[in-house]
Parts: sequence; C-alpha cells; structure tokens
Amino acid sequence: MTRLLEAIGRVVLRVFEEVGTFFSMLGRVAFWAVRPPYDIPELARQMVRVGFDSIPVVLVTTLFTGMVLALQTFNGFARFHAENLVGSVVALSLTRELSPVLTALMVTGRVGSAMAAELGTMRVTEQIDALTALGTEPVQYLMVPRVTASLLMMPLLVIMGDAVGIYGGYFVAVQLLGANPVAYLDNSFQYLHVSDDVVSGIIKAAVFGLIFSLIACVRGYMTTGGAEGVGRATTRAVVAGSLTVLVVDFFLTKLLY
Amino acid sequence: MESATGQPPSPDQSEPRLRAVDLKKSFGNKVVLDGLSFSVAAGESLVIVGPSGTGKSVLLKHLIGLVRPDSGKVFVAGEDLWALSNVERNRVRKKFGMSFQEGALFDSMSVFDNIAFPLRRSGRPASEVRSRVKECLEIVHLPNVEDKRPSELSGGMRRRVGFARAIAHEPEILLFDEPNTGLDPIMTDIIDEVIMELREKMTPTIVTITHHMESARKIGDRIALLYGGKILYDAPPDEFLRSSDPAVRQFVEGNAKGPLTVESQVAEGA
Repeated sequence: MTRLLEAIGRVVLRVFEEVGTFFSMLGRVAFWAVRPPYDIPELARQMVRVGFDSIPVVLVTTLFTGMVLALQTFNGFARFHAENLVGSVVALSLTRELSPVLTALMVTGRVGSAMAAELGTMRVTEQIDALTALGTEPVQYLMVPRVTASLLMMPLLVIMGDAVGIYGGYFVAVQLLGANPVAYLDNSFQYLHVSDDVVSGIIKAAVFGLIFSLIACVRGYMTTGGAEGVGRATTRAVVAGSLTVLVVDFFLTKLLY
Repeated sequence: MESATGQPPSPDQSEPRLRAVDLKKSFGNKVVLDGLSFSVAAGESLVIVGPSGTGKSVLLKHLIGLVRPDSGKVFVAGEDLWALSNVERNRVRKKFGMSFQEGALFDSMSVFDNIAFPLRRSGRPASEVRSRVKECLEIVHLPNVEDKRPSELSGGMRRRVGFARAIAHEPEILLFDEPNTGLDPIMTDIIDEVIMELREKMTPTIVTITHHMESARKIGDRIALLYGGKILYDAPPDEFLRSSDPAVRQFVEGNAKGPLTVESQVAEGA
C-alpha cells in the first residue's frame, strides 16, 4: 500500500517538476526573445526546417484525413439520408480539430525529435558549454529561433492542411461517391465560420507549435549521459510533446468554444 | 579577505584576475571540490596538474561559470560571478577564451565559422574576421582547413581548431583544458610555444590543465597539484619539480605507489 502511494507520489512530483521546468524555460525563452542581438538568418533557417520542409508530410496527412473523413461520414450519413451534411462535417472537423492536432503530432515527430537530438548532441559534446563560454546565451542562440519558428510556421501549415483536407473530402465525395459538386461546396462553407472555426484551429496550431518545440528544446538542452542520453531525450521529447498536445487540445477546445 | 560582492568592476590592480574562495561541489555522493581556494594574478599563468578524475575540468568550468558551486565564490577581476545577473555574467564571460578537451567545435559550422564565431559576436568587420581566422589557423599550423567541417578533422586537429577559437578574440583570460593531450610530441611543443608567444604579446591571465610536466614547466609561473578536491601543493615550476612532498614526487615521477590514488583510470588515456 505504502509502496503504491510512494509510486503515485513520485509520478505526481515528476509531473509537477516537468510543468515547472516548462514554464520556467518558457519565461527564459520569452526573456531572451526580446533582447538583441536578433538572429534573423537563423530564424529563417529554422522556419524553413519547421515549415517548408514539413509541407509534404502535412499534405499527405491532411489530404488522406479529409478523404477518409468524407468516406466514413458519407457511408454513415447515408443510413439516415443526411449525405448533404458531409461537406460541413468534413470542413468543421478538419479546421477545428483534425488539421491542427494531426499536423502538430506529425511535426512533433519530424521536427521535435530532430531538435531534441540536435541540442542533446550539442550538450553531450560540450558545444553548449562552448557557446556559454563565448558569452553567448544558449537559450537565446538555440531555443529562441526554434521556438519562434515553430510558433509562426504551425499556423501556416494548418491553414494549408485545412485547404488540402477539405479538397480531399470534396474529391472523395464528388468523384468517388457521386455527390453534387455545387451542393457539396455550398454545404461545406455554409456552417463554417472563419472568425470562429478556422481561427480557433489556428490558435491551437500556434500553441501546439510553442509546446512541442519548447519541450523538445528543453529535453535536448538538459540531456545527460552521452549517446544513450541523446536517444532518451529524443524519445521523451516526442512522447511528452505528443501527449501534451493531446491534453492541451482538450482544454483549449473547452476554452475556445 | 575583502569582500567584493556586488561591486562594479574594480580597476584595482591588487585584485587578482581570478579568485576562487572555498569552492565546494559534489555530484551525487561524490565530492569533487572540497573547500578549494586559490587566485591567479593578472598576466600570471597557472598550471593545474593532478591525476585523472580529480575534477580539474570541473574546476576550470567553475572559473567561467559553466558550473555553479554548491558553496563558495568565484571572482573575475573582483566581480562575484554568481552575484551577477545572467546578462552581466555573459558580459564577464566575453573576457574569457576557453579550449575544451575534445575541441567542442560547433559541428553545424565550418572550421572558418567556428573560429569566426567569437569575432563576429564581438562585432568585428568581415575583412578583419577573415584575416584573423587565417592568422589563428596559421598559429596552430592548420592552413587550408577553413572550409572543412569539424567531422572531417582528426581528433588532434579538432583540438587545435578549438584552441584557435579560444584565442581568436584575444581574450584577457585563457582557460585551456588539456590543450596538448593526444597530440604528437612536436605538436605538443608547438602548442606550448604558442602559449608562450601569447604571453609575450598580450600578457593574458592563463589557467591550463595538463598532464605533461614538461609543458607545465614551460608555460606555468606556478604549478598547482589538485587532489581530493583541494590544492595540495602550489609553487613555481622549479620549486614544484624539486619538492620533496611525497604526493608531488609521486606525480612528477609517475609512480603507481604513493599517497595519490587514481580514482577513475578508465576515463582518460593521458
């Protein structure tokens, strides 16, 4: 019994510790983000890595999600003759929920793991110490461009994902299932409010970008224990990043409704 | 001893350039520094020797604020390193040049960009950066490697590039962590010569860690033996080498038997 309580206590403590570390690092990143020197070339490089290089992954993810969503809802809705609502279900689910969350999960796996591995390697090979020794703040030099780039690029990726996903749904409904193209499009946008649905998805995307990049950077930055430590940091960055995105998604949805 | 806590930089010449006061540091149960104190005057060169695994690198990292002591203080030109803000501490660190054991080169950059890094950060014009990088590479006898990536260099070459990066911005204080370990005897001597030349030209304050007693004798004004978290013996080279202290004798003569026991012989191959 005591052992069980101890184990629970350890987990709770660990969660509090992680949350505390997250917010203290968030504070440090914010502090250093507004201070010169501003490394614009590095920010641009990171924006390419987070944004541009993720385009294919996000394209495939959202395209097929939109397609399968149309397929599933069409078959289901046909049972009670509500096929004409498929367009709005696809558009609403994508913009509000699926496009931001799936994009965040994919980018966490693709970019978050790379960030953790990169910073982790720099830590264990004393490159972060060398930066500090040269009077350069590692938080400013390494974390600020990565976190800022993720915060800026995630919304753009999600806007693209929204469009591609809706097109995927349209393609399946119209080309494969024989829906009327005009009616489908009409219905898609009839209930979709840009200021509400699309924007809430974009806000989510920005928050997810901040969360996954910061978790990845912190895990990498705090790596100990050589090559094995780098591996551990990378795994933890992806697992913690993905889980946090899913949990925060619930609370954000609650908040944004 | 006077306390300089929180004071602005003092031009006081009597204040040592580096001063460690009662430093204590443990990692888990292992006590690495156990109330260690010493100081290095402006323009002086201190060499720290000691068996592997006694915390020489950790001590060096304390001097530049890479590791925070559990207790005790580090003063750099009279400024208490850990009484300063983060931003101020970075300003103080710019006075330093440090070379790391394995070079610690930024592997995302070319050799040129590595050495140019401190120069660019201090805002020097591009033409000056170019000529200074070239000069530094010539000093360490590595011409024509500017465009190479650190991964394309051998261990010894990386170490020498790391050394070049440390001296590039002509810092007032230099910390060298085993600058010539793993180098061939000729290169070892060249690095010693470079350090001696630097001393003549710029009179920086230098703290060097080395295992080479011959290097220590050449480049040091003082040699200090670190063991058990404390400085056991601290004297000018001649006196150090002649000392009858059993620990010093054991280290200088390289005896397996004696008061010093090597705690982690596996760690380093020097």
